[in-house]
Amino acid sequence: MNRGWTPFNVTSVVMGFSFLYIPILILIIYSFNASKLVTVWAGFSTQWYARAFANEGLVNAALVTLRVGLISATVATVLGTLAALALVRFSRFRGRFLFSGMIYAPLVMPEVITGLSLLLLFVSVGMDRGVTTVILSHITFSMCFVAVVVQSRLVSFDRSLEEAALDLGATPARAFMSVTLPIIAPAVLAGWMLAFTLSLDDLVIAQFNSGPGATTLPMKIFSQVRLGVTPEINAVCAVLVGIVASGVIIASIGLKRQEVRRMRAEQLAAQA
Amino acid sequence: MKNGLRAILARSTIWLPYLWLLIFFLAPFVLVAKLSLSEPAIAQPPYIPAMRFLDGPIGWWADIKRFSIGNYLFITEDSLYWKSYLSSLRIAIISTFLTLAIGYPLALGMARAPRAWRPTLLMLVILPFWTSFLIRVYAWIGILKKEGLLNQLLLWVGIISEPLTILNTNVAVYIGIVYSYLPFMVLPLYANLERQNQTLLEAANDLGCTNRAAFWKVTWPLSMPGVIAGCFLVFIPTVGEFVIPSLLGGSETLMIGRTLYDEFFQNRDWPVSSAVAVILLMILLVPIMLFQRSEARARSRGQ
Repeated sequence: MNRGWTPFNVTSVVMGFSFLYIPILILIIYSFNASKLVTVWAGFSTQWYARAFANEGLVNAALVTLRVGLISATVATVLGTLAALALVRFSRFRGRFLFSGMIYAPLVMPEVITGLSLLLLFVSVGMDRGVTTVILSHITFSMCFVAVVVQSRLVSFDRSLEEAALDLGATPARAFMSVTLPIIAPAVLAGWMLAFTLSLDDLVIAQFNSGPGATTLPMKIFSQVRLGVTPEINAVCAVLVGIVASGVIIASIGLKRQEVRRMRAEQLAAQA
Repeated sequence: MKNGLRAILARSTIWLPYLWLLIFFLAPFVLVAKLSLSEPAIAQPPYIPAMRFLDGPIGWWADIKRFSIGNYLFITEDSLYWKSYLSSLRIAIISTFLTLAIGYPLALGMARAPRAWRPTLLMLVILPFWTSFLIRVYAWIGILKKEGLLNQLLLWVGIISEPLTILNTNVAVYIGIVYSYLPFMVLPLYANLERQNQTLLEAANDLGCTNRAAFWKVTWPLSMPGVIAGCFLVFIPTVGEFVIPSLLGGSETLMIGRTLYDEFFQNRDWPVSSAVAVILLMILLVPIMLFQRSEARARSRGQ
């Protein structure tokens, strides 16, 4: 009776999604505005994209961000997957309580605190702030997100598959690589993507921990926005939104295909 | 030998991430706590260390005796700080309720949409979560400005005759928070509402409940775990929020994340900003513990 496309359901869904998407759409539309004023439409133009790509500061910041994101997401995925394994496989070891606390705490920690505390660490060991310190801090908070994502997949993982491999003479490492890892791969990939976008996104922690020559794209955008809204920044934002959105959509379609294929294979196996 | 090595490697699933977090997560907090007890100095770094590791055990005792709570006293004396804490809490509470008010109908509509549509709708809620937070906040500046699109629209429709000042006020901060954190509210709500047993509503209707009464008597109470989870997920990060108040807020917008940031980068007072951080952490500890307890309870009920 109140299922399906009732007027209430249509209204709330349409209004909710309009609220979520219209601001981003406006941002993208106005990045193609010919006028320098962000709020007055004066015809279609791609000049701001050309300017953004010619702006050395912006391009350098984008390259720094990309480097930080790729390295930190990869290390965070390794560490986060190990942490998830530790949480799921070893139900008790010394300090497990502290360990799980340290995994969950960064998820809700205000960024200003994480940023400040890491900065104090780097200062106290006499490390110069730069790309390395930003990478280290991004690894630290994003590995926890990876751990949570991978953990949720590992919980539903059927361990007898791995035990079968062990019984058949595989070493634990081999059993992990050829049985466990392929099964949890979608979660590991999702974890990597999450870590990468978190790194791409982060302003506050980078602000605390970066030094000269290590300006990331969010830092650059933030400092420009404080001076005023420019169509050039709109163009940069539109490019970023486009990259992330297409990445997420492609990945989820890929995962869906894989799921369908797996279910079909299981059905075939059941019939045989 | 080989077996020993293998055991070490097997244990590395634990100690590698463990060690990392001890060094890069726990140790930094100890440093913050320590620094909050030391005195500021005009030097590089700008403080006198409260405790030096190299002093050795005897020196440490002397250091501990030198610990000062001056920074904490300073925070309680200067009204800027406690006003910032209170105002952060107030803004977080108000925006959590606003997010709930907007998120609930959306989650309900999604959960009651035809089954075939639901994965797509879910994807549409998650997608903004992946796109940059900074960009989503930035997008509102062009809309809320005095000569921005919202004012243009309202003037054109004729609702207002003078452009409203929205940007750089608390209203803009509320809009920004609700917008940015809406997916955090909708996802747990949707997960809960989608699982609810539809026959309960039918039973309520059969017994003479109107749809509205059935909602308040059945759906709403059953959705409480989702409501609680969503509210915590919005409230906790909002208290320490920095980006939204600094881009959309004005001089009247006091939020502790921003105060800490300014204290650190503009006043360069590291010890006081550390003390501000310690107190913020202690304030947040309460909702975080409550949240974890309610999550644990929900998990044990689910099994």
